[in-house]
Amino acid sequence: MRIVILGCGRLGAYLARRFAQDGHEVVVIDREREALEALGPDFPGETVVGMGIDAEVLRRAGIEGADAFIAVTGYDNTNIMAAEVAREIFGVPRVITRLNDPLRAEIFQELGLKTVSPTALAVEAIRKCLED
Amino acid sequence: MYLIIVGGGKVGYYLSKSLLAEGHEVLLIERNPRRAAFLIDELGADHVWVGDGCDSSTFAQVGMNRADAVIAVTGDDEDNLVVCLLAKRKFNVPRTIARINNPRNAEIFARLGIDVTVSTTEIIQAQIERALPLRSLVHLLALRRGGIQLVEGKVAPGAPADGRALRELGIPADALVVMVVRGDQTFIPSGETILRADDEILAVTTPQSEPVLRQLLLGA
Repeated sequence: MRIVILGCGRLGAYLARRFAQDGHEVVVIDREREALEALGPDFPGETVVGMGIDAEVLRRAGIEGADAFIAVTGYDNTNIMAAEVAREIFGVPRVITRLNDPLRAEIFQELGLKTVSPTALAVEAIRKCLED
Repeated sequence: MYLIIVGGGKVGYYLSKSLLAEGHEVLLIERNPRRAAFLIDELGADHVWVGDGCDSSTFAQVGMNRADAVIAVTGDDEDNLVVCLLAKRKFNVPRTIARINNPRNAEIFARLGIDVTVSTTEIIQAQIERALPLRSLVHLLALRRGGIQLVEGKVAPGAPADGRALRELGIPADALVVMVVRGDQTFIPSGETILRADDEILAVTTPQSEPVLRQLLLGA
C-alpha cells in the first residue's frame, strides 16, 4: 500500500517506521524539517516538508493515487481539514484522522470521517483497569 | 437575522460592531478570556460568548440551529473550515461564510460546501495593485466555480486594444469584456465598440485566458 502520513510527532514517526517495516510505501509530511529527521537516516520512506492543509504540498507527497492517508498532527482542526481534502478533493479511499477532542471525534465520525481519539481510548483503557 | 461570528480579533470585532449597528442579533464567540473581557466591555455581555468556536457543545449552547448565518473569521483557515463544517453539516445553518488567508483554499472550501469565502490576502493584493501602476489586471472577485475571475484593467496607449473594435481583437472565447468606463460614461460594450487608451475595462475570464486578455488590453 502507498500510505501518506501527515505529522511526524511521536505517533506519526512510530506509524511511519512501522508501516515501512511492514513493506508499505510510506511518505511522511511535517512542517518542521527537524521533526522528519527524527525518523533516522535509515528510514526507507520519503519525507516532505510543508503544511499539510496545502493541497500543493499533499500533491507533492503523492496523495494522488495513495491508498491511505493518516492525519496525526497535534492540531485537531488541521487534521480535519487535511482529511477532508484527502477524501473529498483527492478521493483517497482510506482516510484516518487522529482527534484529541473526543467530542469532535464523535461528531466528525458521524459526518463520515474515520476518527481515532487517543483521549477516549485511554479513558476506556483506564476504566477497564479499574474494573478488573 | 441571527448571526454567529467566530473569532474576536480585529475582523470579528469590527464586523460585530457594524452588524449590531444595522440591528442584527449578533453573537461573537471568542476563546481567549482576556480578549473576551475586552469584547464584553465594548459590545456588551449579551453579544459575546467565551468559549471554543470549534466545540460543538459551544454551538449547542448558543443556539446554532436557529442561526441564519455563521461567519468564521479567525486567523487560521483550518479553524474557520471546521467551524463552517460543523455549522453546515451538524446544525444545518443555511449560510456559512469563512475568511481564508491562503487564496488557494477558496476552491477547496467551495468543494467542501462552504457557501462563501473571503480572502483577506487577495483583497489586500487587489487594493495594492489598484494603487500601483502595475501592468496587470486587478482581480476583483473570484466566482464560485471554475476559477472564473472578474478583473479590471485600463487600456494602455498603444496596446492592441487601443483604437480597435472589440470584435477585431481576437479575445478568447472564455473571456468577455462586460463593462467599459470612459470618463463619466459607463456602458456595456458590443462587438462594434472601439476601445481607447485609458478606458477602464471590467471583464470576466478564466485563468487560462487571462494572459491573452492582459496582452490585448495592456500590451504587456
